[in-house]
Amino acid sequence: MTLTLNDYLLVSGLLFATGFAGVLLRRNIITIFMCLELMLNAANLSLVAFSRFNVNAAGLPNYNAQVLVFFIITVAAAEVAVGLAIIVALFRARQTTHVEDISTLKF
Amino acid sequence: MSPILFWFFAALMILFGVSVVINRNPVASALSLVVSFLCLAALFVGLDAYFVAVIQVLVYAGAVMVLFLFIIMLLDLKTEQRRKFNLLASAGGGLVTLGFVAELIIVLERFSLGATPFPALRAEKIDDVREVGMTLFTTHNLPFQVVGVLLLVSTVGVVILSKRELK
Repeated sequence: MTLTLNDYLLVSGLLFATGFAGVLLRRNIITIFMCLELMLNAANLSLVAFSRFNVNAAGLPNYNAQVLVFFIITVAAAEVAVGLAIIVALFRARQTTHVEDISTLKF
Repeated sequence: MSPILFWFFAALMILFGVSVVINRNPVASALSLVVSFLCLAALFVGLDAYFVAVIQVLVYAGAVMVLFLFIIMLLDLKTEQRRKFNLLASAGGGLVTLGFVAELIIVLERFSLGATPFPALRAEKIDDVREVGMTLFTTHNLPFQVVGVLLLVSTVGVVILSKRELK
């Protein structure tokens, strides 16, 4: 039994679903943020799998996808820094990280 | 990568991913997330993407998770208290997730190209970091510069957000 692209896509999709369920079900803003990271990583896994699947004539994987993964990791790091700064500012103003206590913009 | 190793790391990654979601203690969630990221790096190694695997460990499992733990401990978050259970919201969330997984399985069932095994790489040694660097600095040079500006902007943004008085 050899591994196929579908195995990687299935695992990636399941990891994405885990993060997605976390974002929908959890009410702690920091946990929601961690689940967002899980979803970004699931996308990275499928990108790298596609990169390895598309071998060119020289026998090299498609490095464009790996560069995209590099960019995603960079943007995610910037996003985490800004997001956590916002959470700290929010915590200073409201003393809570529970999303149901923060409902000023709720319709 | 041998299938046994792949399924071992994949199962471990999803197991700890689920543990991130179900843990009520944020510190335990963050530590589970570190293990999940390390397993993902192992999967990257299995896909011959060594540079991405190293970046994954350094940036995600290292820098980003330290930031998360630092903020959790700074805010001194205790284990979340159980609140009034919102049945409708939870059922909706679970339903949407189950629908996503069902759709994923149906689509992958029909994706016949993906059922073929991975093609072999060339036999000689591949200089992975050199190839990624060449692609990054030639084909994608402009996006690379833009990402540099983005990091600068986010640094300035974080400094402004963290000032004591927001004016």
